[in-house]
Amino acid sequence: MSFDEIVQQCRDLNELLPAQALEQARQSRPGLEGFAVFPVYAPVEIIHAAGLLPVGLFGVGGKLEIVHADARFQSFICSIAKSALELFLRDEMSGFRGAVFSSICDVARNLASLVKRNAPQMFIEYLHLPQNMLNERSHEYTRAELDRFRANLARHVGRPIPDESLATSLKLYNRVRRRLRELYAFRREHPGSITAAELCTVVQAGSRMMPEDYAPLLERLLKLASQRPAHPRDSVDVVIEGAFCEQPPVLLIETIEAAGCQVRDDDLLIGWRWFREDVPVNGDALSSLATAYLTRSEYSSVRHDGASPRTDGLLQRVRSAGAQAVIFTPAKFCEPALFDYVPFIAKLDKHGIPHLKLEFEEKMWTFEASRTEIETFAESMLFE
Amino acid sequence: MTTSTTATSGKHVPLPVREYRAGVHDQSRDIMTAWMGQLKDATRGSTPSAYLMISGNCVEILRCFDILPVFPEINALQLAIRKKSLPYILKAEEIGYASDNCAYVKADVGFTLSGGVGPEGNIPVPSLIVCNFVGCNVYIKWFEHCAAMFNAPLVMLDIPFIREDRPSPEDVRYVMAQLDELIRRCEALTGRKFDIDRLREICRYSARAEAGWSRCKELCKHRPAPFDAYFDSINMMGPINALRGTKEAADFFDTAVAEYEQMVAEGRGVLPEERFRIVTEGPPPYPYYRNFRNLFETWGAVAVQSTYSTVGGTWEFGFRHDPDRPLESIAEQMLVHNLCNRTMTDRYAQIRRYVDEWHADALVIHSIKSCRLFSAGQGDMREYFTRELGVPTLMLESDLEDPRYYAEAQMKNRIDAFFESLQYKRIRECAART
Repeated sequence: MSFDEIVQQCRDLNELLPAQALEQARQSRPGLEGFAVFPVYAPVEIIHAAGLLPVGLFGVGGKLEIVHADARFQSFICSIAKSALELFLRDEMSGFRGAVFSSICDVARNLASLVKRNAPQMFIEYLHLPQNMLNERSHEYTRAELDRFRANLARHVGRPIPDESLATSLKLYNRVRRRLRELYAFRREHPGSITAAELCTVVQAGSRMMPEDYAPLLERLLKLASQRPAHPRDSVDVVIEGAFCEQPPVLLIETIEAAGCQVRDDDLLIGWRWFREDVPVNGDALSSLATAYLTRSEYSSVRHDGASPRTDGLLQRVRSAGAQAVIFTPAKFCEPALFDYVPFIAKLDKHGIPHLKLEFEEKMWTFEASRTEIETFAESMLFE
Repeated sequence: MTTSTTATSGKHVPLPVREYRAGVHDQSRDIMTAWMGQLKDATRGSTPSAYLMISGNCVEILRCFDILPVFPEINALQLAIRKKSLPYILKAEEIGYASDNCAYVKADVGFTLSGGVGPEGNIPVPSLIVCNFVGCNVYIKWFEHCAAMFNAPLVMLDIPFIREDRPSPEDVRYVMAQLDELIRRCEALTGRKFDIDRLREICRYSARAEAGWSRCKELCKHRPAPFDAYFDSINMMGPINALRGTKEAADFFDTAVAEYEQMVAEGRGVLPEERFRIVTEGPPPYPYYRNFRNLFETWGAVAVQSTYSTVGGTWEFGFRHDPDRPLESIAEQMLVHNLCNRTMTDRYAQIRRYVDEWHADALVIHSIKSCRLFSAGQGDMREYFTRELGVPTLMLESDLEDPRYYAEAQMKNRIDAFFESLQYKRIRECAART
């Protein structure tokens, strides 16, 4: 299969509703059940070790009309919360045992409650991931939180989740994350080799495949990528920031590159590539995951890190990528992204790095205005 | 004035709108003004101060070190109620805040950028920023931004959300360790050793104020209710949340209890006539506080309970700070006994209890754009109360800080229509009985 064919396969998979994606996975694994993962980060190793397919909940785009959730969530609530709820209200999560949410924002927290109330047959877990990375009890707390999830999930599926299974899952997801880091590095080092739309398509497909299948796919892609001719263009090298939860329409990503920018790095689907390095696999897997969360996480708008402010993280990302500018793509009404925009631009201004903000919504279908904005932005840099 | 009918006469007679000024209001104003005077004095003095948020706070620890607590939420609230918030909101939007960001934060930031904090302002530059992350994720952003603006040290108190029946031992140990960390930071800031006996004394005052608060709320079970547990609660929320742990706050609640007990004994209510008893969910629209209140008063509607008044603590259900276990009880307060750190469905249960035990006729949800902690999903709450429990429920939308989201005519239409329908329901029920 060629690089383009693999990307097309990923694109087709992403077009499916979660239950349809699960159905596809069942073709090679009959009886497989799913477990939904609301962004940003979740310990997917635990879900996988329970014998379930972790499936990212990234909204439904234009694939499902929002009929019921609009009555539960007001007009000023982000699209992803509404479409995630709609899936449960419409009983579109057939084959799923439940879902996990975490303490990323006020909306996600309330959403977890609403899903639990309206889908009583599902097991709904809410994780309070730590916001204090530095306290002497932070590790103990984080490990206990992961263990609580393991125990609750095991109880729900009616079988234990042994340490050995966790260690196996951890190794698999380490392999997946390592390959994703390599793909990102390859793009940074070979501008024009992989488009941003292609890369985010491939990453998103990983949120609906078993890691046993996904890791070889990434390895094949990496091999093919190096044989692929790069097409560097006379464009502005940018970093995309702010789309860590709800994902921008792929057409918006394509528009950014078509209108004169080349994406060198981004935070798209960051929760599925969360760790900067491998999680150690020796010893207690949950302890290793807890340590990694506290010390090896990517910077994120949903994680306070007193030792390493995320403004420094963005600056570092821009510099490592050799980018000239930043394009912020916060989802409409996304408070963490919209709040962080202020200190981010203060930092960028201080270092003379230009930036542009493009808000998006799930059901956005016309990109002409965005295209004009991006073109103007790119031209102002290229011809100044 | 919309014309409607009463159950008895067939005509809706609007109740006169009056300025409610009881002793409780005056005393609250006096002790809050004294505290604000301390803040003003500290802008030019050397008294250490610390930023803190309202929800499930640990003001007792700061007080133990004589660190002056400063609450940016109260600052934002006061800007709004004095109709001064909009220029500050716009100022914050000029530097990149979005129209969809919490306007409490924007007003406070705009106020700071305009010189409101510091030697020329009313609020001291904080020596320490204590981020008590109790439910509201925006707290983290707000205080990160404040720490950057003032170049002040930030202490993170990450309070695990209540996601099981009770906090786990690890949750409690994590919170206790962070309180220890805060104590060490306070010691370093003030050069004083932590004195647990002083903390016990402060917790004794806290418990006394909490008992008074609880008794006041309890008195609203009477018909007529002696005060409006939504609009008048604000006079008690300042003392219970910001001044808790002081003798002044404890004394204030003793006086409030005495006044309200007397009103109950005399059969006097907050309004000349109590026609409807409501439970209110969500913060009020502070920029139009008086107008909003009038829309209910004219119908003789009195809030007998409100969820907003419990953001700091749910003391009406029995929790008290414990002088024998001061730090443990502070941790319990932050973890369990406040509205913000609990799930939406826990809030449904709280409201249901209010409706049942406080004998309410209806639920009014004020959905505000700024605070998603409160508002996200209130449509589901309406579904639950209306369809599953049969509690008449009105949902209104505006904002607690940004005056641009308040539409008086629309608000009035909806409120009038709701109470008219309640009125007719009574008439029908009356007729069916006779």
